[in-house]
Amino acid sequence: MSGKSDALHRYALAVISHLLLVVAWHLFVTLGKVPKFVMPSPYETVHALLVPNYRWLDNMAVTASEIFGGYALAVTVGVGLAMLFSWFRWLEMWLMPLLVSLNMIPKVALGPLVIVWFSYGIGPNILIAFSICFFPIVLTTARGLSEVEPDLLDLVRTLRGSRWQIFTKIQLPGALPYIFSGMKVAAVLAVAGAIVGEFLGSEKGLGYLMLQVQVTLDTAAMFMAVILITMIGVVLYGLVLGLERLLVVRDARIS
Amino acid sequence: MTEPFIRLDGVSKTYRTRGKEFLAVSEASFDVAPGELVALVGPSGCGKTTLLKALAGLHGHDGGTLRIGSPEHPFDPARDIGMVFQQPLLLKWRRILDNVLLPAEILGLPMTESRGRARDLLALVGLTGFEDKYPYELSGGMQQRAAIARALIHDPKLVLMDEPFGALDALTRDKMNLELLRIWAQSRKTIVFVTHGITEAVFLGTRVIVLTAGPARMADNIVIDLPHPRSFDLRTHERFGDYTRRIYRLLGIE
Repeated sequence: MSGKSDALHRYALAVISHLLLVVAWHLFVTLGKVPKFVMPSPYETVHALLVPNYRWLDNMAVTASEIFGGYALAVTVGVGLAMLFSWFRWLEMWLMPLLVSLNMIPKVALGPLVIVWFSYGIGPNILIAFSICFFPIVLTTARGLSEVEPDLLDLVRTLRGSRWQIFTKIQLPGALPYIFSGMKVAAVLAVAGAIVGEFLGSEKGLGYLMLQVQVTLDTAAMFMAVILITMIGVVLYGLVLGLERLLVVRDARIS
Repeated sequence: MTEPFIRLDGVSKTYRTRGKEFLAVSEASFDVAPGELVALVGPSGCGKTTLLKALAGLHGHDGGTLRIGSPEHPFDPARDIGMVFQQPLLLKWRRILDNVLLPAEILGLPMTESRGRARDLLALVGLTGFEDKYPYELSGGMQQRAAIARALIHDPKLVLMDEPFGALDALTRDKMNLELLRIWAQSRKTIVFVTHGITEAVFLGTRVIVLTAGPARMADNIVIDLPHPRSFDLRTHERFGDYTRRIYRLLGIE
């Protein structure tokens, strides 16, 4: 079958396109004689990793735990709340409009408040990441749980199936593709949320580091920080995609 | 004479929507003997699906009596109904065998036994070798065959079909009609079959109940006296033409 070589072909193209971007970046900087403090070359950017003061590993660990922590919390609470909504219609009617309004709050604006309430640290940044990426998960999960063919419900009803059977055998597996589509959107938002938190107030993390090196105009280190943040995001996204491949039949996946 | 398996006597059903009353079924009376294949035929809005759902026990009826089961053929409404719809409604994330097993799981039947039965049923509907495929790997006609196997897994006494071949192309539909007759002959189930295809109703049915719309009314109850097993040669049979003409006339199409 051509399936395997087709996949290989796609991976190769993905790697090449990334490499081409680095080459273009390199050519732009060297041919355009761009000053280092405006835009460092790829080599200079990687070189920034050698500055021990920047404590790359520690900062990366902090940022990663904020992103993953906020994301995990959002998935748990989001999916859990959507399940409650599908079991208790009145709860959904009470809370959903409220959630829609609350979601319109620019979460960045809550940052200073979070710091007043909870001070600096990983915890508050997890909260900010959570608040940004939680809503899409609730919304898509609730949607997925409510998308059940009425005829299929009739079929279960003629067999006197219980509500729990409907939930575990039909609703939840049917909602999985929707849950993953929300989780993919949320993965991107979680990264943004954690960095916003670090910008607003923190003493560790890659976002914090960026603010520090901004003062000394070490643009190479700022570039490196952005690249590392992106890589954490890519790993998170990759994990979600992998889990989706494992749990959702190909035909049912929503991109 | 044996007692009928199903007896409807003056069954009516009215829906109320926004204060307006809508008579979906009125005064439907007919008997179904055990092992019959009865076709309910009529235009959209004639109440055939409503009648089918009343038989399934999914909603009540306002007037008349509806009884299923007889002393020789006891009927348990919780486990003696199999249903097939216009769409196959297979669960996308389950392999075909597991889809067929769904009713057995819901009823809590012994699984190893049911698994063997599911394989036999898939053989009966001509899907041997597809047990481990996912629904998307099957054509529409094959998915509907799997849905028929699912309706039979718990060995129900009554199978209710709501336009099961309505979404298929004409050729597949013809093929499925023959398949259904074969499955019916082998499984000896009582089948109530809703369709708006008049030739389909006459070709399949041992009896055709004709329903008309606006107002909903049961127009006729025709015993189809044509030999079994049936083949498509039957469609050129003189009596076949008589039956279809009679139904067309009842439905106001001449």
